[in-house]
Amino acid sequence: MADLSINFAGIKAPNPFWLASAPPTNSGYQIIKAFEAGWGGAVWKTLGLPTINVSSRYGAVNYRDTRMAGFSNIELISDRPLSDNLKEMEEVKKYFPDHAVIASLMVDTREEWIQIINDVQNAGADGIELNFGCPHGMCERGMGSAVGQEPEVLKTIVEWVMDEAKIPVITKLSPNVSHITDPGLAAVQGGSDALSLVNTFKSIVGLDLDAYAPFPVVDGKGTNGGYCGPAIKPIALHMLKELAQHQKINHLPISGIGGIETWKDAAEYILLGATSLQVCTAAMHYGFGIVREMKSGLEKFMDDRGYKTIYDFAGKALPNVTEWKYLNLNYSVKAKINNDKCVGCDLCYIACDDGAHQAIALPKDGSRIPSIIEENCVGCNLCSLVCPIEDCITMVQKDNGKAHITWHERTENNTIPSTFNDDRAGGKGHYVPKPSDALKTSIK
Amino acid sequence: MAEYKKPVSEKAFKKNFALKKPLMNDTEAYYESSRCLFCYDAPCIKACPTGIDIPLFIKQIHTKNTEGAAKTIYDSNWLGNACGTVCPTGVLCEGACVYNHQDVQPLQIGRLQHYATTSVIDGSKKLYNVGDLNGLKIAVIGAGPAGIACACEARALGYKVDVFEAKEQPTGLTVHGIAPYKITNEEVLKEFAFLQNQLGFNVKYNNAITSKKKLKDLESKYDAIFIGVGLGKTSVLGIEGENINGVVGAVEFIEELRMKHHLVQVPNKVIVLGGGNTAMDAASEAARMGAHEVTLTYRRSKEEKGAYEFEYDLAKSAGVKGVFNCTPVEIIGKNKVEAVKFVKTQKFEDKLHPVVGTDFIIECDMVIKATGQAKQGHLYELIEKLEIDNKTRIIVNSESFQTSNPKYFAGGDAINGGAEVVNAAYDGKMAAQGIHKWLTK
Repeated sequence: MADLSINFAGIKAPNPFWLASAPPTNSGYQIIKAFEAGWGGAVWKTLGLPTINVSSRYGAVNYRDTRMAGFSNIELISDRPLSDNLKEMEEVKKYFPDHAVIASLMVDTREEWIQIINDVQNAGADGIELNFGCPHGMCERGMGSAVGQEPEVLKTIVEWVMDEAKIPVITKLSPNVSHITDPGLAAVQGGSDALSLVNTFKSIVGLDLDAYAPFPVVDGKGTNGGYCGPAIKPIALHMLKELAQHQKINHLPISGIGGIETWKDAAEYILLGATSLQVCTAAMHYGFGIVREMKSGLEKFMDDRGYKTIYDFAGKALPNVTEWKYLNLNYSVKAKINNDKCVGCDLCYIACDDGAHQAIALPKDGSRIPSIIEENCVGCNLCSLVCPIEDCITMVQKDNGKAHITWHERTENNTIPSTFNDDRAGGKGHYVPKPSDALKTSIK
Repeated sequence: MAEYKKPVSEKAFKKNFALKKPLMNDTEAYYESSRCLFCYDAPCIKACPTGIDIPLFIKQIHTKNTEGAAKTIYDSNWLGNACGTVCPTGVLCEGACVYNHQDVQPLQIGRLQHYATTSVIDGSKKLYNVGDLNGLKIAVIGAGPAGIACACEARALGYKVDVFEAKEQPTGLTVHGIAPYKITNEEVLKEFAFLQNQLGFNVKYNNAITSKKKLKDLESKYDAIFIGVGLGKTSVLGIEGENINGVVGAVEFIEELRMKHHLVQVPNKVIVLGGGNTAMDAASEAARMGAHEVTLTYRRSKEEKGAYEFEYDLAKSAGVKGVFNCTPVEIIGKNKVEAVKFVKTQKFEDKLHPVVGTDFIIECDMVIKATGQAKQGHLYELIEKLEIDNKTRIIVNSESFQTSNPKYFAGGDAINGGAEVVNAAYDGKMAAQGIHKWLTK
């Protein structure tokens, strides 16, 4: 039976599922409720000088019938007095001594950092997370992502914190940078015990087409928000990989954040090197009970593969994430349609014909089961991605008898195309219909 | 045992005749529309007799362009709202939905269509303008689905249109001949008013065209004439006792029900003669009016009946009992009907034959004849050079809907002998285009 417990930079928790610093961790009530529901830890909503918030605060991207595929907020750090938060933090630790309670902090001056670090240590916090990510409101005042985007400033503040802190310190990074490794390295140099990422992305989640203003609309105006939820997971995973593969950074444990909602998301984050997981949008969407699915799925995944703890597979996918130039240019897959499953929607046909390589044909007799034109198929996957039927179009490896070779090797061998009309162009001779053939098609 | 109590009030009637395809609410429409795959060269479009761009209007509903969705529907079918609820979608668009092939529920296309069109009708959105008037005039005989579609299309093309309707209100079969659980009178008349308000064709009610003189008059005043007269009264069976009190035609029964609702008296034991969709409707309706025993009899086998299977299922679910392979030979009764004598039938060399000595009697208080409707042959005889086929259907060119008398065009039940509203809507629209081509060539 899988053991989900973790020790993250010295912070112990019964499982890796932590609530991220956000509205669900605004109060002791919510955090106790979350622990009762099965969460392993919680990062308290960022403490500092209390703010004043606006109404409304959230916006979302809905996709087809799915609500909140992406989620955005313009809420600031805690607007409650510090003493109220500290009192509740003490109470939470009294009820849940073995769960992780991490204080997220964001203040301005060194004096403020020193005072607030001592306050949360005295309240019983198990760790500290430095909020260098908030991309709205706070950054206008020189905090949050304003720090996260300036590696030198970030490093200095981490140093102040490390001088004072007696509990583990996690530096939370802003993704609103060109290279996530820049603030990552600065955090390492400042002496941080761990990293967490990503904070939210600067975003305009959509426009109100009557008010001509971005969501969420506040009295006719809006501002950029912080974007999160399932939509950002791919970008967050890439940033996680950047840090986890970096030789000067990857000795620090990393807490993964960004669109985690299911056990599969959790497994992916762990495989790319995260050893704690922070969740916000899923809890805001479905309530704390959503952790049940994540825990049971992750346990099953681990049991099926014989992993005792998450450390048995943490980072296991990292060696397989490489640069494009190291991919095998001679590997070949072709699409295969299962005629028994095909319903004849012909989305694969039109996707391939309009959006890819004209490698799918429709039968001439009016029946609707399409077929793959193997010699045209480049194995791009598009048809299998648009197919609405489970396991109907699969990509099958074809042994073309060609040896493994990469762009890197071909560059070294001087066998890459080097002139505009080079005979070695990968697509030379590949079938494309005549331009004028398009005149005969009717667009539907 | 009866499934339904006799409705004694309008409220009770509405309960017994609850709509099979009720209006979708916004949330239902949002989630249902999200399921459409937007198939390439979509099979649902091909299955629609009017060729509505169904994936497009469903996408438009989902993106809250409901008015655009309604426009997409009306661009192909002037009776888009009625067709949304009365079309046999299970054998048309919804039957063609690719989801069926993986046992996933097909899109509820009919209800989505009804949703979009109801939205513009209730919101009195003006979608169409009368075309630039070309000074030409068209007479339309019959304000049923075919006639309305022809009138709308002709107005959009710039013709002056006068519709001559025998009854005192419009929409023909949709208001008089369709089961009340499929569509309400209010809805039918609302869509008609919606169309008339923006396209402004005239309708002359209580104005049956029944004489050569009237036809000559139309011919002299109009540049073209469209015949959309549908079908007539229930055909005569030609058996003894057919005129006894309590023997009614299905068309007349359904029409009375549509007009008078719970005030119609349906006795306890009812026999319905016929195996078509109208027979199923009449049987279903008699049961919903509280008849204890409704027996539907058909001279051929269950498999050979003309009705859609889902219509028979609906009748059965209302408590109707089907008896097949028997034909009525006599209706028995003194002052009122008391029973029907049947004889069993057998097929021999593809012909039905009564089997001697197999007579049996079913008691009843009412007989509903759903054995077909008479064609309007008396009118066709008055029109010079109008060719009709051996089933008294007007012969038209399949593209222009022009008859053998070039001034006359025709569509709907008058040319197909009795089909769906959607077929009539298509015919009427195409006939107006046919007239336009003919008059402007």
